[in-house]
Amino acid sequence: MAHGPIEPQYHGVMAEFETPEQVMEAAEKTRSAGYKQFDCYSPFPIHGLSDAMGVEEAKVPWAVFIGGFIGALSGMALQIYVNSYDYPMNVGGRDDLSWPYFIPVAFEVTILFAAFSALLSMLGLNGLPRPHHPVFNVPEFARASTDRFFLCIEAQDPKFDLQGASDFLKSLNPLSVSPVSND
Amino acid sequence: MQETIKPPMGTDAPLIEGKQNYETITEKIGGIVLKSPPKIWYPLFALGFAGTMVMVFTICWLLLRGIGIWGVNQPVGWGFDIINFVWWIGIGHAGTLISAILLLLRQQWRTSINRFSEAMTIFAVMCAGMFPLLHTGRPWLDYWLFPLPNWLAMWPQFRSPLLWDVFAVSTYFTVSLLFWYTGLIPDFASLRDRAKGKIAQLICGTLSLGWRGSAKHWMRYESAYLLLAGLSTPLVLSVHSVVSLDFATSIVPGWHVTVFPPYFVAGAIYAGFAMVITLAVPFRMIYPQLKDYITNHHMDMMAKVMLATGLIVFYGYMMEAFYSFYSANQFETYMIENRFWGPYSGTYWALMICNGLIPQLLWFPRFRHNLFWLYGVSMVVNVGMWLERFVIISVSLHREYKPSGWGFYAGTQWDWSMFIGTIFFFVMMMFLFARFMPMIAIFEMRDLWHRLYHGKSGHNGHAPAHVPNSAEVTSKEDA
Repeated sequence: MAHGPIEPQYHGVMAEFETPEQVMEAAEKTRSAGYKQFDCYSPFPIHGLSDAMGVEEAKVPWAVFIGGFIGALSGMALQIYVNSYDYPMNVGGRDDLSWPYFIPVAFEVTILFAAFSALLSMLGLNGLPRPHHPVFNVPEFARASTDRFFLCIEAQDPKFDLQGASDFLKSLNPLSVSPVSND
Repeated sequence: MQETIKPPMGTDAPLIEGKQNYETITEKIGGIVLKSPPKIWYPLFALGFAGTMVMVFTICWLLLRGIGIWGVNQPVGWGFDIINFVWWIGIGHAGTLISAILLLLRQQWRTSINRFSEAMTIFAVMCAGMFPLLHTGRPWLDYWLFPLPNWLAMWPQFRSPLLWDVFAVSTYFTVSLLFWYTGLIPDFASLRDRAKGKIAQLICGTLSLGWRGSAKHWMRYESAYLLLAGLSTPLVLSVHSVVSLDFATSIVPGWHVTVFPPYFVAGAIYAGFAMVITLAVPFRMIYPQLKDYITNHHMDMMAKVMLATGLIVFYGYMMEAFYSFYSANQFETYMIENRFWGPYSGTYWALMICNGLIPQLLWFPRFRHNLFWLYGVSMVVNVGMWLERFVIISVSLHREYKPSGWGFYAGTQWDWSMFIGTIFFFVMMMFLFARFMPMIAIFEMRDLWHRLYHGKSGHNGHAPAHVPNSAEVTSKEDA
């Protein structure tokens, strides 16, 4: 049963752990067991957990860079259009295109755009806001925001079958294992 | 009797006191929001609200009568309005320093106070922003400050630091708000999962945006948070630098100096740390559970930062006096003579005592570790920083060049009611914040607890041996 049937009524199977170290170890084992579609849940960021899961991504920094770059260009362009082209004004005999004077505002606009890119790209890539998610159907999951650590193997994984994944998770010595239903 | 147990003081004190685990951290900090407030909260909030009404009344009167009700006139066109603007915005800077710069420097003691001081930043910038907006005289036309196409076919003048200020301060406020909210998202998720009432669940759930603590989410979250800190760091330095350029690009004696940007930034951090201490001491009394997280260690570190930045500011005072004499320019020389011996010499010497002399007490651990003294010094610095702005702004203006153009300036009752009104508004906002939002970043505290005590204790709430029992320590310390 290497490619078990995907069970449409389940989001996956979830195991509950008591410490960050346990969930980290479980993530490594899950990864080496060949599962690809799984996620961990913790009440605070655990360093090294994404490495243990084999997840790598650097889209947020790129989004911030692009946002900041657009900010710098548009801040500069706005000022050049306004003060050098559309309504040139002689201020102390300075050049119409006295660009050093435009740097402070261009800098502020850069920061503004980059900061919005940071928050919005983080939320967008995370698929938030999303009021409900199948993991909230597991009663134990209420403690995921306080003092419990979870690992969920998702039904989308090609290797997933309910029984096999549950048995595998039980072998990791968790506090509990529960199926995550979709509704 | 006192010799029985001597609690560790200063940086010997732990960052987190008492027996803690993830659950107690969440319960103690989150519980403040989810349970009804302590009795004292109501009268204190009411006091802040009443003072805010004084501010609102003043603003209404100002809108009716115009800024003639203020004391500003020729030659002193910048009075309380600009003084208070600079004072408030400076106070805000400590919040960003704590939350952004200390994060990049990996200072663990920032974790207990970052949320609190970010809130302080936002409210201080709100207070600051009111002054220049009202000072325009016709605040309903304030949108002219922004480059919006309008029927006058006019654009703002981007070669003026006053316009840079508009961009710097509005960006600063927006980015501080984003940074603050980003930090709050996981904490609202914790509150959502703990809230009993439907309304609380709905509000916290909405604000948490459905946060579920996924490892993939945390990865992007940490990346975004760190980048926001990295963006806020040059931003905060730019804001007060731009504020100082409002003065430095003019030719007024006492303003036209290159030292202004770093001098203003140091002063801002100095004032801000004083305000964090001014707020933290009473909030620890009102909410005793905070004493586990805002310990003597934090107070000691804040006192040291205050001392260090205070010395930079004092260096600025000495340089101002030095280059006035060294310039061999009669107007520059007269500026400092006028500060020393002129009609406002009282404010100058009071400033030297408040900002230069009294904070030197913080060199001594016995004053740093005594909350009564520390609070006293922080109050003195708050007053001193206000006097500094008064001396720089109004005293420089009242006698610049020709004696025929000299004048005198004093705030009217409306200047004072506006200024004091904003202080009450600030207090009211802080109490609202304490009531409805977690005052300490809960998820960061869990992380810190895990880092500090990882491996030394189980997960069952056994704190490591060197952490003293909080009940003993805090009761001794406050007795």
